[in-house]
Amino acid sequence: MNAKQPFEEVLSDYGPTVLRVCRAVLGAVDADDAWSITFLSALQAYPKLPADANIEAWLVTIAHRKAIDILRRAGRQAIPMAELPTRASTERADRRDLDLAGSVANLPDKQRFAVVYHYLAGLPYVEVAAIVGGTEAAARRAAADGVAALRKIKGMTS
Amino acid sequence: MTVPNHDKDIVRLLASTGAPTAAELAELRARLTDRAEEAGLLDVAYRMLDTAVGTLLIAATRAGLVRVAYEREGLDRVLETLAAKVSPRILAAPRRLDTAARQLDEYFAHQRRHFDLPVDLALASGFRRQVLTYLPAIDYGQTASYASVAAAVNNPKAVRAVGSACATNPLPLVIPCHRVVRSDGGTGEYVGGADAKRRLLDLEAA
Repeated sequence: MNAKQPFEEVLSDYGPTVLRVCRAVLGAVDADDAWSITFLSALQAYPKLPADANIEAWLVTIAHRKAIDILRRAGRQAIPMAELPTRASTERADRRDLDLAGSVANLPDKQRFAVVYHYLAGLPYVEVAAIVGGTEAAARRAAADGVAALRKIKGMTS
Repeated sequence: MTVPNHDKDIVRLLASTGAPTAAELAELRARLTDRAEEAGLLDVAYRMLDTAVGTLLIAATRAGLVRVAYEREGLDRVLETLAAKVSPRILAAPRRLDTAARQLDEYFAHQRRHFDLPVDLALASGFRRQVLTYLPAIDYGQTASYASVAAAVNNPKAVRAVGSACATNPLPLVIPCHRVVRSDGGTGEYVGGADAKRRLLDLEAA
């Protein structure tokens, strides 16, 4: 049976994850807009999507393109890692989470995309590479660099 | 996904950031369905409706009401059939169903005898569609036998086919297949269950 599931199911299955991806890539302010445009575009293209497509990878691909548009329009630049504090205050768990969200936001674009798409969206590196461009090895390296940078900030050991 | 053990801390921390609340998602979803409707991308809108005969799913295309389904028909299967036969661009979007929901409420409150709604018979074809088109001629509070319906659509031998047209009626209640009963006086089968059929006939007789 290769019938396509109703779009409502796509929205309830992946809506929350795609919103978290948008938040991690763009920050809370632009995330809502990116999420709406992503699902509107997805709804439009949905009837032509092959029935066996990886829906999550497809949605993250659309969200990535929208995020790039928004970043480009805003002329936003990533903050170099060297400017980040090497130690963060970590008294409370929720503070820690806020710190981490901020740290992810401050990763260079390439590392941030790779970390978010692999670790948050759960996509394999081959999919991550297809979305951000470049090779699978480069995507893996970007994610590893991003994780190392996050660990450094959090003072975590591996 | 496969994540090496030593990266579990990163996964855990990422998992605890940016998780949306139910209210945030509900607001975004409401805005999305409005924009989808404006953009002409909402092919099928649906909602649930609590009634005296249980929870119903009602769905509409831009042309009109396309489906009324009883819970026993299986919500998932009903939506899958709509996706396959009408369009997969389906969203839970109550606004398009406001009028249908109000008229159904009025019907169950004895305030309405006829539905005044555009209907979309996309899910019915051929002889079945012919039968469904005839059924509204059976008035509120009246019944007709399967045999008399077969005769009325100029196919007196098609009594069983009339039965299957009723059994597969995509718009029960609105297209009153519950008013079609057995010649021997028995209530007969019903897509919403024999009990629901009796309750509807009782409601209309009261």
